[in-house]
Amino acid sequence: MTSAIRDETPVRAPPRARLGEWLKRRGKWLIILPPLLFLLVFFLIPFGFALVISFADTAVRVPPFTDILSVSPDWHIHLTLNLGNFKYLFSDEVYGLSYLYSLKTAFFSTLICLALGYPMAYAIARTSKSAQSVLLLIIILPFWTSFLLRVYALEGIIRETGLLNTALLWLGVIDHPLQIMRTTLAVYLGIIYSYLPFMVLPLFATLEKLDHSLLEAAADLGSPPWRTFLDVTLPLSMPGVIAGSMLVFIPAIGEFVIPTLLGGPDNLMIGRVLWDEFFGNRDWPVASAVAIAFLVLLVGPIALYQHYNTKQLEA
Amino acid sequence: MENRISPFLISILCIGIAVLYIPILVLIGYSFNASALVSVWGGFSTSWYTQLVHNTQILDAAWLSLKIGVVVSTGSVILGTLAAISLVRFKIFRGRLLLTGMVNAPLVMPEVITGITQLLLFISMLHLIGWPHRGFTTIVIAHIAFCSAYVTVTVQSRLASADRSLEEAAMDLGSGPVRAFIDTTLPNIAPALASSWLLSFTLSLDDLVISSFVSGPGASTLPMVIFSKVKLGVSPDVNALASLMISLVGVCVVFAGYLMRRADRQRILDAQMAER
Repeated sequence: MTSAIRDETPVRAPPRARLGEWLKRRGKWLIILPPLLFLLVFFLIPFGFALVISFADTAVRVPPFTDILSVSPDWHIHLTLNLGNFKYLFSDEVYGLSYLYSLKTAFFSTLICLALGYPMAYAIARTSKSAQSVLLLIIILPFWTSFLLRVYALEGIIRETGLLNTALLWLGVIDHPLQIMRTTLAVYLGIIYSYLPFMVLPLFATLEKLDHSLLEAAADLGSPPWRTFLDVTLPLSMPGVIAGSMLVFIPAIGEFVIPTLLGGPDNLMIGRVLWDEFFGNRDWPVASAVAIAFLVLLVGPIALYQHYNTKQLEA
Repeated sequence: MENRISPFLISILCIGIAVLYIPILVLIGYSFNASALVSVWGGFSTSWYTQLVHNTQILDAAWLSLKIGVVVSTGSVILGTLAAISLVRFKIFRGRLLLTGMVNAPLVMPEVITGITQLLLFISMLHLIGWPHRGFTTIVIAHIAFCSAYVTVTVQSRLASADRSLEEAAMDLGSGPVRAFIDTTLPNIAPALASSWLLSFTLSLDDLVISSFVSGPGASTLPMVIFSKVKLGVSPDVNALASLMISLVGVCVVFAGYLMRRADRQRILDAQMAER
């Protein structure tokens, strides 16, 4: 019986073993391909679509833009690239100004987050292991709660009849309420409040690994504490500084919720402009061009973040 | 080392933590305010919570968000874990650099850009192949794309530190590679899987920008409804809703943190017992 089967399929192994053999050689692709393909199709390729549509014209139809490639009845393929959207970005100064304004806002919020987050991370790194895990949980907890709701909660503090003004009026520090809502200050407060945990966590990760014998050596050699900090602690924690700063800086540039809910009409950040272009003006090609130009400006910071992040993972 | 924290550091730490928590606590306080005028304290009341139960717009949106959240976090954990296994276990393969980039980029990519590009893809796909229609499906796909990145990062670090010797022992004893992985390494990374499921769930439940872009008419998630209400100013029923959501998440995270710590401690204890 067995020999009969063997005669029919002389070289091939039984199917089950063949499958096993195939799995052994190629099986890893069953693990790699699903996430690779999914992210390729639904994360990376969309950027290609945005690039293509940024060269299209607006049109009154569904979807509301023209095709770039068209085939005429006499079988000519026409490639129509409309550079007007990008020219428009440079001619209308609202785009340039909002890019610059977003960069400026993100830069100063990152600096303030760093100034506040560094001592916090340093203090946590210096506490005992059991206190560390509790403090870390306290820092991480807001990250888990809704971002939108936290911005909304901040509004309850800083609005004209909010807690801050009520308290200051009651204490007699001011005699009429401060206008914080709808100002630049509110946008800064919102960004710092929302992104502070992103700064503290990477900083803590590097400061925790810091070799204390180096600090003791510096102290033994007569270095005052501030010199030790500048010469030893700060350089060694640079990867954390960069990673934390980028985690605040990059999302803050594209922030939409904070300038919309807390800021005034002057706080035109690029995320808000992009949103309005899309939902207000329904100009998809210009919105795509804004997104592509924005992305080009972000390549530098993102590469910097990736570089230091992989360095930190390898360490 | 522990005693040498300067008062300056302690005070900054306290200020920082106060900044993070005071707005939330004040919000919860206001949610029990009987007065509809949010600035005046009109006595203790739970009436806003009762009103919430009868608000069908909010209930429908919450139900949609919960459904999306469950599908998204399950899908993200599966895809994200596969990506983490690929990156940790297969050192060299074609597309490794691409995969590394694609799991790290969503973490820092501004949501407006991700949202707009994904919408353009969905619109073009619908035009070309008639799928997917904007709404539940597109929100789920868009959320999985960024949540799986968080899963990968979480699971990756856990997997990299996991001891492979048990898995090798299982394979020496005749288990296939998949079986050996499921029997030995999977229980080891289970806490990371659980916490990344929860993280994906909260990220999905919270997302406003990407959902607003890729959603279609009629599919409003909870953040979209909250955003449209909040844009008009402070409203007391949103206070109640916000307090509910924040406390629920807070309790879950603290509980999960407690469970993970206990599991970790048990693992260390087991390891010590095994060494004897």
